Amino acid sequence: MQVKAPDRAPAEHRAPPEHRARRSPTSTPLWRSRKVQGLAYAAPTALFVAVFFLLPLLLVGQMSLSDWPLLAGDRGGNAPENYTDVTDSPLFWPAVRFTLLYTVIVTVVLLGLALLLALLVQESRPGAGFFRTVYFLPGALGLASASLLFWGLYSPTTGPLSRTLEKLGLVDEPVSFLGTPTSALLSTVFLVVWKFAGFYMLILLVGLQRIPHEVYEAARMDGASRAQIFRGITLPLLRPSLALSLLLCVTGSLLAFDQFFVLTKGGPDNSTVTIVQLIYREAFQRLNLGTAAALSIIVLAALLLLNVLQFRGLRHADES
Amino acid sequence: MGSTTGPRGRVRRLVTGAVALLAAASLVTACGSGDGGSDGGGDGRAADANGVDDGTTLTMWTRAATRPQSEALVKAYNASHKNKIELTVIPTDDYQAKVGAAAGSRDLPDLFASDVVFVPNYTTSGLFADLSERVDALPFAEHLAQSHIKAGTYEGKKYVVPHTLDLSVLFYNKELYRQAELDPAKPPTTLEEWDRHARAVDALGGGVDGTFFGGSCGGCGVFTWWPSIWAAGEDVLNKEGTEAELDSATAKKVYETYRGWVKDDIAAPGARDETGTTWTGVFPKGKVGVMPMPSTTLGLMPKDLDLGVAPIPGPGGGKSTFVGGDAIGIAATSKSADQAWNFLAWSLGDAAQVDVVAAHKDVVARTDLASNKHSAADPRLVTINQLVADGRTPYALKFGQTFNDPNGPWLTLMRNAVFGDGASVDKDNKAVTASLAD
Repeated sequence: MQVKAPDRAPAEHRAPPEHRARRSPTSTPLWRSRKVQGLAYAAPTALFVAVFFLLPLLLVGQMSLSDWPLLAGDRGGNAPENYTDVTDSPLFWPAVRFTLLYTVIVTVVLLGLALLLALLVQESRPGAGFFRTVYFLPGALGLASASLLFWGLYSPTTGPLSRTLEKLGLVDEPVSFLGTPTSALLSTVFLVVWKFAGFYMLILLVGLQRIPHEVYEAARMDGASRAQIFRGITLPLLRPSLALSLLLCVTGSLLAFDQFFVLTKGGPDNSTVTIVQLIYREAFQRLNLGTAAALSIIVLAALLLLNVLQFRGLRHADES
Repeated sequence: MGSTTGPRGRVRRLVTGAVALLAAASLVTACGSGDGGSDGGGDGRAADANGVDDGTTLTMWTRAATRPQSEALVKAYNASHKNKIELTVIPTDDYQAKVGAAAGSRDLPDLFASDVVFVPNYTTSGLFADLSERVDALPFAEHLAQSHIKAGTYEGKKYVVPHTLDLSVLFYNKELYRQAELDPAKPPTTLEEWDRHARAVDALGGGVDGTFFGGSCGGCGVFTWWPSIWAAGEDVLNKEGTEAELDSATAKKVYETYRGWVKDDIAAPGARDETGTTWTGVFPKGKVGVMPMPSTTLGLMPKDLDLGVAPIPGPGGGKSTFVGGDAIGIAATSKSADQAWNFLAWSLGDAAQVDVVAAHKDVVARTDLASNKHSAADPRLVTINQLVADGRTPYALKFGQTFNDPNGPWLTLMRNAVFGDGASVDKDNKAVTASLAD
C-alpha cells in the first residue's frame, strides 16, 4: 500500500515568515517548535517500529548467522552454514515451486470470482444486501477455525461430505479429498476461495461504487455494448481496487501456512509444503532456530523484491 | 492466503514472527547460560523421600494422547493432598514446539510429562531437574519400568520417572471373528495369521474391514509396525540411535503385508490419509477386525464392544510391543521441586498405581504390581502387563525430526513402502540414517 504524503498544514498554522523572524528565540520554547512537535508525534510510531520490527529483524539476522538450537541457545557464529543448509534441503525448491503455483491459482480464481460477485451485488436491488452479507460471512471466521471445519468436512472416515456423495450414488467408495497431491491442493484452494471471496468482493464493490453513473450513461448513449462498457470503463476505473486486491492476495498466498498446517500438514508425500511451513518445521520439528531464521530472511528478501516489482509494474501501468 | 490485511498484515506478521523469535532467542540465551540450573530445583537433598505437601499450587503439562491417565492421577492427588496441581493438556502434535518455546522463555511448568521418545532431547538440554537421589530412595525403585528410566538417564543421572505406560497391542473384534467363523479365543500369533484373519473378516463385507492403520502418521508407524520387526528378533536402529536398519528382510516382509492390505482394500478407508488424529477412533465403531492399538485406549472402548487383546506378532511368530507413553520430570526451573516430587512419589506408590492406574485398565508403572486385584479380573490386562518385559523403547536423539515429523524421511519410507511398490526402501532408509546422524 502506498503511504500518502501528509497533508500540508492548514494556512493558519503557518506563521508568516516576517513574523517568525522578528520573534526572539527565547519566546518560542523548544517544545513548541514545529520540528520538535513533529518528532514528538512521530516518536511513538518510530519507537514501535524500532522495538517491534527493526530490533527483532536485526536479531533474526544475527540468529541466521549462528548455530542456534531451540533448546540449547546460541552457540556462536556459523555463517553461512544455515543458508546453505536451508537451500540444500530436498524440500526447499519443491516448496518454492508449490508456493508459487498455489499463489497463481488462488489469485486468479479468487479475484475472478470476487469480481463476478461484486458485479452481481453492486446494484441496490431488493435482496442485494442479503447476498452481500452471505458472500462476506465466511470472512468473519478465523482461517485456522475454517481450516479445521473443512478438515472435518473432508475426512473420509468421519466427514459428512464423502458420505453424502456416497448416499447420493455419485461415488462408489469414500472420496479422499486430501489423499492425492492434486486433490489436496484443490481442496485447499476451495477452502481459501470460500473464505476470502467475500472479502475481496467487498474491496472491489467499494471500487465499483466509486465509478460515477454519468460515465456509464454517456457510454450507453454512445451505444456501447455491455462488454465494451466492462472493458472500457469498469476495468480501467477499477484499477486501484484491483491493484490493492492483487497485492493483498499475492502477499497473503505467498505466506500461506494455517490452511496447509491444519488440512494437509504438507502431505500427501510432501506435495503441499509451503515455504512458511518449512520455517515452522525448522524451528519446531527440527528445533533449529538458526536455519529457521535463515529461511525467514530469504522469504523476507523475496517478498521485498516481489513487492517492489509489483509496485513498479502497477505504477508503470498507471502512467501508460 | 493468510492475511486479510495485506502489506500492513504482512508487516505485522513479520513483526510478530520476529518478536516471537526475538523473545525465544533472548530467553534461550538466558537459559543456555544457566547451565547450573539443571539441578537447581531438585538437588535431591530432601530428607523426606515423599517430598513436601504444604498447600502449594503446582503447574503441570501433558499431551492430549495421554490425557485421561494424567487427569485421573491429578484428580485423585488433588482430592487427597493439600498441594493442588493445575493440569494443562496440549495437543499432541504441538507438544514439542510448546515445550521448546517455553524452555526458551523459562516458562516451563513445575512438572511436565513427555512422550518417552523425546525425553533424551530434554535431558541433554538440561530441561529437567536431577532426580537421582530421590528416585533411588524409593523403596520400589528397582521395580519401576526400566525402559522409561533408561530413556531418562543421561550421564549417569536420572531425570524422569514413568508417568503413563502406553503399549502397542493388537485389538481384535470377537463378534466379527465369530461372524467370519474364526475362533475368538485364538488371536493371530504370526503376521501371516494376522493377514489371514484380517482378510477373512474383510470378506464379510457390508462396511466391515479387515484392519486399519495410520498411513500418513509417522508416529503411528513407529508404534505399530516396529513391534512386528522386533518380534522377529530384528532391530530397527543401532544402539546409539544414529543409524537406521529399516531395510532388513524382516522389515520388508512387514511392509509387504501392509502393502497387500492396501492393494486388496483390506484396510478401512482413510488409512492413506490418516495423519494420526483419528486413528484410534476407527476400531471402537465395531467395523474393523483386527488392528494394533494403544493399550491406553482399552479403558475407553465402548462397553458393548466384545474385544480381545493380543501381542503384536512378527513374520513367522514372536511377540513384541513398543513401550511408549509418557515419562515425567520436574522442570529445572521449578521453584517447588519438593512439592512436585510429592506428587511424583505418590503417583508411583501402591495406592495410586492400583486404585487409579490399574482401576482405569491401564498399564502399571511398576513390575511388582503387574498382577493386582484389577488385572486379575480382566485377563486382557494381564496380557498387556506381561508384555512390558518383551517390549522396547527405541532411543535416538533426533527421534522427533526423523520419525514424527510429517515431512520427515520415515514417513516417506512408510508411504513409498506401503502405498508405492516398495522398491525405494533401501534408498529411503539411507535418508532416515542421514536425518538421525544430522
